[in-house]
Amino acid sequence: MGITFRNETFRNDFTFRNSPEHVRRFPFPFHEDSYMYAVNIEPHVAGPKGSVLENLIDVDEHYVAEMQDRALVLAEDPLRCQSLPHMTLAGWDLLELLMEQQALGYPEHFTLTRDGDRWRWINRPLGIDDTFTFGDVSTLPYGPMEYITRQSQGDFCILDQRDGNLWMDAGMVTTQADWSLDFDIGMNFFEWHAPVPLAHEKGIFVRALKFLTNIQQGKPARRLNWTMTINPRLDTSPENYHKWGPDRTTVTPENVGEKVHLRVELQSFWRLPRSNGIVFPIRCYLIKMDELVTQPKWARRLHRVIRDLPDELANYKGLTRYRPTLVEWLSKLDDGSPTSPGFGPD
Amino acid sequence: MSTGTTKLDVVVSDVVPVNELVTRFHFRRRDGALLPTFSGGAHVVVEMRDGERTRLNPYSLMGSPLDTREYTISVRRDDAGRGGSLFMHRHVRPGMEMVISYPVNLFSLDLRARKHLMLAGGIGITPFMAQTAQLAAEGGNFELHYTCRTASLGTYADVLAERYDRRVRLYHDDRDERIELDRLLSSQPLGTHLYVCGPSGMIGWVRDRAASLGWPAETVHFEHFAAPQPGAPFDVTLALSGRTIRVGEQQSLLEAIEAAGVDPPYLCRGGVCGQCETNVISHDGKFIHNDHWLSEEEHRSCGKIMPCVSRFEGRSLVLER
Ligand code: FES
Repeated sequence: MGITFRNETFRNDFTFRNSPEHVRRFPFPFHEDSYMYAVNIEPHVAGPKGSVLENLIDVDEHYVAEMQDRALVLAEDPLRCQSLPHMTLAGWDLLELLMEQQALGYPEHFTLTRDGDRWRWINRPLGIDDTFTFGDVSTLPYGPMEYITRQSQGDFCILDQRDGNLWMDAGMVTTQADWSLDFDIGMNFFEWHAPVPLAHEKGIFVRALKFLTNIQQGKPARRLNWTMTINPRLDTSPENYHKWGPDRTTVTPENVGEKVHLRVELQSFWRLPRSNGIVFPIRCYLIKMDELVTQPKWARRLHRVIRDLPDELANYKGLTRYRPTLVEWLSKLDDGSPTSPGFGPD
Repeated sequence: MSTGTTKLDVVVSDVVPVNELVTRFHFRRRDGALLPTFSGGAHVVVEMRDGERTRLNPYSLMGSPLDTREYTISVRRDDAGRGGSLFMHRHVRPGMEMVISYPVNLFSLDLRARKHLMLAGGIGITPFMAQTAQLAAEGGNFELHYTCRTASLGTYADVLAERYDRRVRLYHDDRDERIELDRLLSSQPLGTHLYVCGPSGMIGWVRDRAASLGWPAETVHFEHFAAPQPGAPFDVTLALSGRTIRVGEQQSLLEAIEAAGVDPPYLCRGGVCGQCETNVISHDGKFIHNDHWLSEEEHRSCGKIMPCVSRFEGRSLVLER
């Protein structure tokens, strides 16, 4: 029983792979043959067994390797984890949420025991067994947010809610698609979304903000977002653009299947009870084209989506440079037959 | 996607008279588990099964957020009101099973504040009971000014004075004591946030003075306990559900929509959260907007209504609901 954690890398020799079972549970984000930007938010409730939604906080075979990669990023750049002074209480909220959910979903790997505010946390995959006082920062090796997010897959933005707006006032962000916590920290919802094209006119952001500020305790919500990444790099931050940016020029018809990765973010939104803040866990899933096209439906559909994507969106997502090569490669796997509705493989 | 909030099954564990107008109610979870954690300033919506009718009233949680074995609320009896507080006073007894919502916080502390200056009037003291408990536990800097009609109606004034001593100042109307607001507001250290909860006249006064003394709006927080106002009955057509319903004199538009079997979203039921916002498709008559959510311009343009508190007078009204 339990998950077999892979020993793999997201840099240098790029040994990241998905096992065949993980290919099938990949959260493929296209439910039809075209893609249009939408807010597409739905309640974050537990989904089918075996899917990434089986538990509200997903832990998978990449857990240990991702946590090692995070430690490397933080060692190079401690600013990937920041918390403004008033956000410590929200950090405790997040610690409680993640410990509870991980222990609930994966009891063979994580155990949380509480005796009043004396808590014991056992994380078997990472070899951690700590006892601490909930609420007392001096009893943990890091602040509460940093402590628990060094042990949780995905990025975490913690938002303070004030004046009918949300403020990015804390976060652990090491696996992001080209944005920077250090740049966005302290900004409000409209400020940190300022670079998105097309969407402003549609009033999408005004509605999204209203929705998010009304997120209630006990009722989390979620959405999927996607982009593409060359090589299985988790860390595609602006700070490291010099490392991953040039990768885009290296795509050839021969290496598309190995190099080009679909990157899907499962974002969830939770109201934190003590601080009344909101946390967005942004969980990143990567899959290389060779793995994705083992599901013929996904291969056909991805071909159509990428081929027909409006130029500004392709630009925004950084695909422009290698899109023709990718579309050409995918077209050979598209026999023109219809795809079945829904996200799942056939 | 959501209508209302997640519900909690509770049992009334105690009912305690506090003074001639106010009674305190204690709730525990029916399954004996801990109640959800909350933050100072949060409220719950209490469902009251009153014969045929379901009444839904919001009340601030006033216990310490550090102890969630029980929730406590205080209800001021309003003999001229629409009946919710009377129902609580007359019918709710220990042992009774009730349903309440998860906590929702529309009056939360700004945790950046170096100092929290709190102004309460009457029953408006309740959210500050939880907020002061939360701040005191964290060594937070706060000062509470509390006005009440008479000493005997100073709900929890004794408790607060004992807990926080000089951090609490009391003012009694019958002794002509009045908050020296301008002096108070002009003598605060930089980084102070102001919180006010009480009758709407008091809230208006405090907000006005704060604005004219140069307090930035984002440092001034207020909570209205705006109950829906009664008014002349009116008819409304709900376009999406295809029904025409009558809104009674003592009923809010939101309650009438619910009674018709439509399940519209809400959070505060007091015109401040924005959740119940509904588009007006057509109308012939005049709106009585009692909400604090829509802008003045939106009120004038008559394109939207907040059914939890607003009413209508006229010949016809069609809503998108
Ligand atoms: S329910 Fe909050 S404004 Fe109507």
